[in-house]
Amino acid sequence: MIQNRNLNEIQKELNSGKLLLVDAVKYYLDKISSQKHLNVFISVFENDALTRAEEIQKKINSGTAGKLAGLVISVKDVITIKDKLHTCGSKILSNYTSVYNATVIERLISEDAIIIGKVNCDEFAMGSSNENSYFGAVLNPVDNSRVPGGSSGGSAVSVAADMCMVSLGSETGGSIRQPASFCGITGLKATYGRISRFGLTAFASSFDSIGIFGKNDYDIAAVLEVISGEDEYDSTSAKEKVPEFTVETGNNIKPGEIIFGYAKEYFEDGLNEEIKNGILKKIEFLKNKGFEVKEISLPHSKYVIQTYYILTSAEASSNLARYDGVRFGFKSENHSNLEEMYVNTRSEGFGAEVKRRIMLGTYVLSSGYYDAYYKKGQKMRRKITEDFENAFKEVDYIISPTTPTTAFKLGEKNDDPLAMYLNDIYTASVNLAAIPAISVPAGNDSNGLPFGIQIMGKKFDEAGLLKVSKLFI
Amino acid sequence: MAVSIGEVENISKLAKLKFNEEELKKLQTDLNNILEYIDQLNEVNLDDVEPLENINELVNILRKDEVMQWLTQKEALQNAPDKTGNYFRVPKVIDK
Repeated sequence: MIQNRNLNEIQKELNSGKLLLVDAVKYYLDKISSQKHLNVFISVFENDALTRAEEIQKKINSGTAGKLAGLVISVKDVITIKDKLHTCGSKILSNYTSVYNATVIERLISEDAIIIGKVNCDEFAMGSSNENSYFGAVLNPVDNSRVPGGSSGGSAVSVAADMCMVSLGSETGGSIRQPASFCGITGLKATYGRISRFGLTAFASSFDSIGIFGKNDYDIAAVLEVISGEDEYDSTSAKEKVPEFTVETGNNIKPGEIIFGYAKEYFEDGLNEEIKNGILKKIEFLKNKGFEVKEISLPHSKYVIQTYYILTSAEASSNLARYDGVRFGFKSENHSNLEEMYVNTRSEGFGAEVKRRIMLGTYVLSSGYYDAYYKKGQKMRRKITEDFENAFKEVDYIISPTTPTTAFKLGEKNDDPLAMYLNDIYTASVNLAAIPAISVPAGNDSNGLPFGIQIMGKKFDEAGLLKVSKLFI
Repeated sequence: MAVSIGEVENISKLAKLKFNEEELKKLQTDLNNILEYIDQLNEVNLDDVEPLENINELVNILRKDEVMQWLTQKEALQNAPDKTGNYFRVPKVIDK
């Protein structure tokens, strides 16, 4: 009944009385309880969601409902919701209850969205497979022996497996687009600053952004319209005016209006042949439709992952210093003095990947290595940013594969952190340059596993990305 | 510039983490692999490049210095693993 309908269609059915909101909520709750083996949800708000459905139904009946009435959404467990468990996929926060709402949550609630639960993710959003969660791995719904991608794996699967309409995830380096690609859905990372980070637990503050998973452009546009915009609680939030994305994306892009580019560096070694051919076919498809598609160069692409790991690990080592067992979260009982309490709390509370990044970050910031690593990383970040600025003088949108491979097997890359990091080779550049990008389903490989096409745009051109994404559906 | 076990131990002290011998060895290998990869940045001459420190190039976002009701003391202490009265409690740090 509600499967594969967008919010606009659902709202029409709600307004005409053909659909009751409580039935929509029950539909998703059933999907959640019948697919527990995928390990998607850390908390399900069954009673809250049903109560809210009754309240919002009354508003619908009286014509006073908010813009997102009818929307059922899940939230990655790194975004705070007042009085709810907030784990970040970590043992160290496994008993932590948030005392405030993130700005995005305030905005969703005030427009009558229904939050159905909080979903699993890699610990502190560090990972590309969702295997780094204290609460266990999330499984890919297409093939349960494979990973869903990460770090927002729970978000991607909650949408792909029809447990909600839309999910809020977060990105530091591809953590929305990569799982969207692995699970065959759409994932949008907005421009850095477009969406307030207030209430998003910090990983690497100059990269972190909240983004949206969905099955169609309309749902993503509707949520983006509500959660975007300046926030007095986040000084890095952008003052930029927020367009009416739902209206903007109703228009279609025509040949002659825009120029596409593709970076030759994104089609080199390491890219799976089937994905390569799939994306090249899409380029042909655009050309056949009459669009201009130009080859461009992003010359510093081969330094993206190196730069990304220097800077994000450095920022993470600083941000994660707050977990010390004093003010909140897990505390080790195994100690005889304060120093031991700190060390044992952190050593027992953090998982292996988080510790590895704290160690790397501490190393690159340590005396004697700051110039050799951290400062060099910041310099390369400027070069990578300039690559995009130059490219966007020639073209309006850059298309590429989202990921070098389709979803890999659980456990396949656990022993080799570097191999895992290379998953983000096409996505992390966007976070370094603070631009927006979207991953849209582009096909399946011969094993039936989905892969996405990535479209990167100029700062604050999310409306354009959503419009362009429609060309590929 | 290979990282020694001694350096890994020293970094772990700075990060307030501890590892057993096996974990230290694994970390040493991982860090050396990652740093070797990172060292590819040395292929590019970045001498004259200004480090990018502020990604959205905003300057001085100021607000009035006003007292606002935000968290109550009760809320601030609600998640504390150990507290006494209105305070967080930690192991004693001053000997008699």
